[in-house]
Amino acid sequence: MARELTFKILRYDPSQPEIQAQFQEYKLTEKPGMTLFIALNQIREELDPTLAFDFVCRAGICGSCGMVVNGKPQLACKALTKNFNADFPITLAPMPGFELIKDLSVDTGVWMEAMTKRVESWVHTESETDISKQERPVDPDLANEIFELDRCIECGLCVSSCMTKLMRPDFVGAVGLNRVARFYMDPHDDRDASDFYELVGDDNGVFGCMSLMGCEDHCPKEIPLQSKIAYVRRELVKVGLKR
Amino acid sequence: MNIIYSDALIIGGGLAGLRSAVTCADKGLDTIVLSLVPVKRSHSAAAQGGMQASLGNTKMSEGDNEDQHFKDTVKGSDWGCDQEVARMFVTTAPKAIRELAAWGVPWTRIKAGPRTVVMNAKQVKIEEKQEAHGMINSRDFGGTSKWRTCYSADATGHSMLYGIANEAMKRDITIHDRKEAIALIHKDDRCYGAIVRDLKDGSLTAYVSKATMIATGGFGRIYRVTTNAVINEGIAQAMALETGKVALGNMEAIQFHPTPIMPSGILLTEGCRGDGGVLRDKDGHRFMPDYEPEKKELASRDVVSRRMMEHIRNGKGVDSPNGQHLWLDISILGRKHIEEHLRDVQDISKTFNGIDPADEGEKGWMPVLPAQHYSMGGIRTDKTGHSHLKGLFAAGEAACWDVHGFNRLGGNSVSEAVVSGMIIGNYFADYALDASITISTAEIQQALNKQDAYLDALINTDGGEDITKIKIRMQEIMNEKVGVFRNGGDLQSAYDELKELLVRSRNLTLKNKSRANNPELSNAYKTQKMLKLAVCVAKGALLRTESRGAHYREDYLKRDDKNWLKRTLAWWRAEDDIEPDLTYEPIDIMKMEMPPAYRGYGHKDMTVEHKDTAKRLTEIDKIKAENQTVDRYVLQDRIMPFELPMNYKNKNERLGDK
Repeated sequence: MARELTFKILRYDPSQPEIQAQFQEYKLTEKPGMTLFIALNQIREELDPTLAFDFVCRAGICGSCGMVVNGKPQLACKALTKNFNADFPITLAPMPGFELIKDLSVDTGVWMEAMTKRVESWVHTESETDISKQERPVDPDLANEIFELDRCIECGLCVSSCMTKLMRPDFVGAVGLNRVARFYMDPHDDRDASDFYELVGDDNGVFGCMSLMGCEDHCPKEIPLQSKIAYVRRELVKVGLKR
Repeated sequence: MNIIYSDALIIGGGLAGLRSAVTCADKGLDTIVLSLVPVKRSHSAAAQGGMQASLGNTKMSEGDNEDQHFKDTVKGSDWGCDQEVARMFVTTAPKAIRELAAWGVPWTRIKAGPRTVVMNAKQVKIEEKQEAHGMINSRDFGGTSKWRTCYSADATGHSMLYGIANEAMKRDITIHDRKEAIALIHKDDRCYGAIVRDLKDGSLTAYVSKATMIATGGFGRIYRVTTNAVINEGIAQAMALETGKVALGNMEAIQFHPTPIMPSGILLTEGCRGDGGVLRDKDGHRFMPDYEPEKKELASRDVVSRRMMEHIRNGKGVDSPNGQHLWLDISILGRKHIEEHLRDVQDISKTFNGIDPADEGEKGWMPVLPAQHYSMGGIRTDKTGHSHLKGLFAAGEAACWDVHGFNRLGGNSVSEAVVSGMIIGNYFADYALDASITISTAEIQQALNKQDAYLDALINTDGGEDITKIKIRMQEIMNEKVGVFRNGGDLQSAYDELKELLVRSRNLTLKNKSRANNPELSNAYKTQKMLKLAVCVAKGALLRTESRGAHYREDYLKRDDKNWLKRTLAWWRAEDDIEPDLTYEPIDIMKMEMPPAYRGYGHKDMTVEHKDTAKRLTEIDKIKAENQTVDRYVLQDRIMPFELPMNYKNKNERLGDK
């Protein structure tokens, strides 16, 4: 028999501060293959047209739907309801660490754009490329290694599961440090360790990380954040010691 | 009144929009990009398998060049494309990929020496040359004569989008996300920007610009089952249509991808078959070679989707609680290959279906069924991307520029998005450099007030209709009656009911009366717009009494070059209309480099010939005979000259040149 699921969702609209944040419960009958994407849309279509949340690709590719599910940050589109115990409500809350828009919707875009600019997340080079000429060869294994780090979808789960970020609001986060590692490894980028030291060689950068590794535990793309943060720290310590 | 001025306003922050923005910024224009979502979440990111560009680096792509890419693209389009535009596209594609490489996109590279690949379900050893070591690799895709689809594993669109978005942010281009353009500002046949709704607080702002571009992707969400993201609703195409000055081209040309996973409809990349995966039926039989002995699973998408549906009709579908489907088997590629090159596919299949496709045999087979995937049609433009309304440009999937005609090849979508961003972005920027804003603030205020009143009316009308029900019914009609197989009876009934739905959608009662943070209100204005697109698709399909590319009429099986070698243009003449006025734009065979012929896959001898075909063939033979000593570039130019801006027409260097 189909199970009845209870969703307990944290509701708050910052544009109406007079109404206190509170949990609201909704009940749905479970369907085969139901995900939180399907469930939340059904709640909005049938029970409450005011409920706010974000989805785009609904396939775990775009990183839009991070939220805190039963206390753990994860992508809602990939959360299947069959994995939850129906004896308890499924509790949904917005990701901490980002500005709240409403209910489960948070503003990751503005934060990620600022992070991108802070670590200057683009290729720095003086050399001109003639695009009608052959491309510059790249070692195939190195290209794969860079791709591994390039797979980050900026979902923000690493930021919302980071204790350092709680203590230091300006902490650049694993997402930013991963980006540093990615461009440091990229042969197209001329920057060396001392250039990156200028960007993240402080307590709001790589030296602030307390190595609790909530980021690594929750990354939906299984990016090796632990070893890459250590790698960036090792490289930047060398610069720091020389100064 | 909220009013924001810019030189160049780009609506849509995917590959086409951001690449155009980069050009605008480089030319010194004050540029604003509007996006429904943070730009890196745009649907371009979901393109998995790759980007076609004739680099010719790998062993299996030796001898590839623009000519091959051109031929494949024209055949893929079933001769519906604009061949000059196709030439512009294939000539720029190698440059696009090399530019992206220099911007850090981590393309998968070639390793010199032997490697094992799967071809025709068998393992084959190929040897990569020493000089190709470290160059950009490519894989096989449907409807291509060479292995031309360059990739970064199976997250190609993601890597490309991040590469270009990073470049846009480097240039400090203004990006406003969570914004939705709902109407264009226009006067005297000239566009001056858009009225834009803030999706956070519901406020309206007039974005006034010298030039405006729409690069918002496709409109797959008018179908119930689609691979498209939830944001691909075609609102900008409808907004352009509503001006009465802009034509939408070939709206009936809708692509159905062969291998979305069922029942979620999430895409499994064509790279699955490109890398050697096969389709199987309920008996585990690999059926595609029975229908398409030459290209097998790698015929063009329209052909493979039709053959699959045909096979299901022949009683070979697999039964499931969600209806019938077929199997996609990639287990034969081996676990190592899957976990390296098809990892997102594995992740999707494991997460949503509990199937690990690397498991050997039946256990690893994934349930697939064709579903809506791509809109070949869109805002009709000229070769520079300029629409019928002056100052309004369109690029990427939102446009009908027309690289794809009636069927797009796999790997040509992200490729077109970036290339059109380069080419059209350039023409667009040049237009903005020369243009000025000659509309008064009073007229801008009027345009804004009109939308304000429109939204109030939506909230205050008490007609009793439920918008959610209307939207779902529209999607069901499109799925059931305007799908892979089409016929006059179904199309007529779809067309009639869609018009009825459009009328009903004007008599709503909304439960939530708030102007801000009200998903029901968004749904209301969006559904009205989507219904207009759906009616355009249905009417175009009903009137087009032939089968061409993805448009397949069971009652008109032949491709009819004699009567139908023309592009459908849909116009919305008056606001209260419930259907578009259709006109047709001829496609001139006498200007073609490649006159209509058999595609090399699909049914043979199924065309009604045009009298010009033979005439043009003779003419081309004559040009060839007179130019026996010239190289292929000069010969091409004598047959069908075309222009490109910047240095995009430079010859593309390849390994084989040396």
